[in-house]
Amino acid sequence: MKILVCISNVPDTTTKITFNNDNTSFNEGGVQYVLNPYDEIALSRAVELAESNSGTVTVINVGEASTEPTIRKALAVGATDAVRVNAAPRDAYFVAQQIANYAKDKAFDLILTGRESIDYNGAQVAAMLGELLHIPSVSIIKKLNIEGGNAVVEREIEGGKEVLSIPLPIVAGTAEGVAEWKIPNMRGIMSARTKPLNVVEPISVEQLAQIVKFDTPAPRGSVKLIDAAEPEKLIDLLHAEAKVI
Amino acid sequence: MSVLVYVENAEGKFKKSIFEAVSYAKSVAAQLDTSLIAISIGNVAQDELAKLAKYGANKTLNVNTEQLKTFVNQAYASVIAEAAKKENAEVVVLSNSFSGKGLAPRIGVKLEAAVISGAIELPDTTGGQFKVKRSAFSNKAFATVEATSKVKVISLTPNAYQVIEKAGEGNIEDFNAPVDQQDLKAVIKEVVRATDKVSLPDAELVVSAGRGLKGPENWGMIEELASLLGAATACSKPVSDADWRPHSEHVGQTGIAISPNLYIAIGISGAIQHLAGVSSSKVIVVINKDPEAPFFKVADYGIVGDAFEIVPKLIEAVKSLKANA
Repeated sequence: MKILVCISNVPDTTTKITFNNDNTSFNEGGVQYVLNPYDEIALSRAVELAESNSGTVTVINVGEASTEPTIRKALAVGATDAVRVNAAPRDAYFVAQQIANYAKDKAFDLILTGRESIDYNGAQVAAMLGELLHIPSVSIIKKLNIEGGNAVVEREIEGGKEVLSIPLPIVAGTAEGVAEWKIPNMRGIMSARTKPLNVVEPISVEQLAQIVKFDTPAPRGSVKLIDAAEPEKLIDLLHAEAKVI
Repeated sequence: MSVLVYVENAEGKFKKSIFEAVSYAKSVAAQLDTSLIAISIGNVAQDELAKLAKYGANKTLNVNTEQLKTFVNQAYASVIAEAAKKENAEVVVLSNSFSGKGLAPRIGVKLEAAVISGAIELPDTTGGQFKVKRSAFSNKAFATVEATSKVKVISLTPNAYQVIEKAGEGNIEDFNAPVDQQDLKAVIKEVVRATDKVSLPDAELVVSAGRGLKGPENWGMIEELASLLGAATACSKPVSDADWRPHSEHVGQTGIAISPNLYIAIGISGAIQHLAGVSSSKVIVVINKDPEAPFFKVADYGIVGDAFEIVPKLIEAVKSLKANA
């Protein structure tokens, strides 16, 4: 079983988000980059499935050389080998085109992404890959098992869940529940240094959109405190002043 | 030219988030001086479809075939893209629901369109440009995206745009797009939908609790308060990690992001990852016994005190508010 896991290099979850160049670019100063948490869940499940189905896990990242520590972390978690497409990840369409171009003749049985990256949150790469490779895609899954030649996935729907059986190959975006986050052990970290990391050059992709400006949310006014002895006043305020109940 | 809106149904009914998407799409159509066409796929009764005209649909394409009765991502995307081509749609609008998230990117690739997911405002179309504001960095920021493609696909964040009723007429016609067998590979084995509870992504009011509740056995009062308010229940990450509550209730950076009208946080300190998921709520209430809890800095109303004393009093206050209404 051949599995491809698509990974992003994103600012750590505790990052304070600021912008520069007249609010047109993300301020990378002092920012710690990590493996996107949702991609890490995808990778953890991929490693489990590869172990039980005697398969391999390739990780792919679209990024410049600065993302290599994140790729090495993925190798330490248990990926077999890695590919880096040597380009700044302009947007989801660009990334999906690069990955589809790499994957199109490699016969992967399963392609996993995180449900979204925690920086741009487009949640687009999985479904775009499905379309570009002409295979089914499921955008947000909470469970993933392989039964014969089928993927059995549980997808979230508003107020419930849906269980689907889909013949492989498929693309899926994973959310919490698919696996526990794996912490690399010392053996993994040591072996990651010598695992293959191939660098390939990008293809040219038409640009359909671009970010022209960033904003940060306006600060809220200061909190109105209600005396703990009279909590019923809160309900009055929510009804009469805020008019939300 | 036209604007096309996909109207997703949940067991034959349209939710408020769909009427929001129709109202939004109607405003986009008005900006572009064109008409609004809705497309419904699945088994929806005529009187339900007729509601769409009230929010501005000039025409509704009804795809009600046996093959497409239940949601199949690939096939639905193909049908919506075909409708967009037939109607010469310049903008395709969807709700950014779980299904919408799977459809928008596929439709975008088929139509060589820019895909703008999680839009929170109407596009700026002055002077022929097309710029849309969306949330980014897990709700810690906003990004304005300029689409330069001829066709644009927009998915709208639930509760970000108001429902607007229009006095208008619309007709309903059957639409039969051919479906490729290749698009019908996914088979639904089971669907579980809790109909007695408000679903969290759609909820206008949310009551959420954290580790301050001390254990899953203490959630009774949270559920009671939520049920009285008609609110959905939510929780923080440590609570779902400890299996006190299901993962589907976890709001925050690695859970789901929500933007209800009211978010009540009980016994949640307000870590930056949690705030990311809820910061676009319109009104935030924080109840915490620690006056230094960071959540108070982003709250509109707060009570410093013990949840076990305060929540029962809130329940009584809501009961008396309802009794006097």
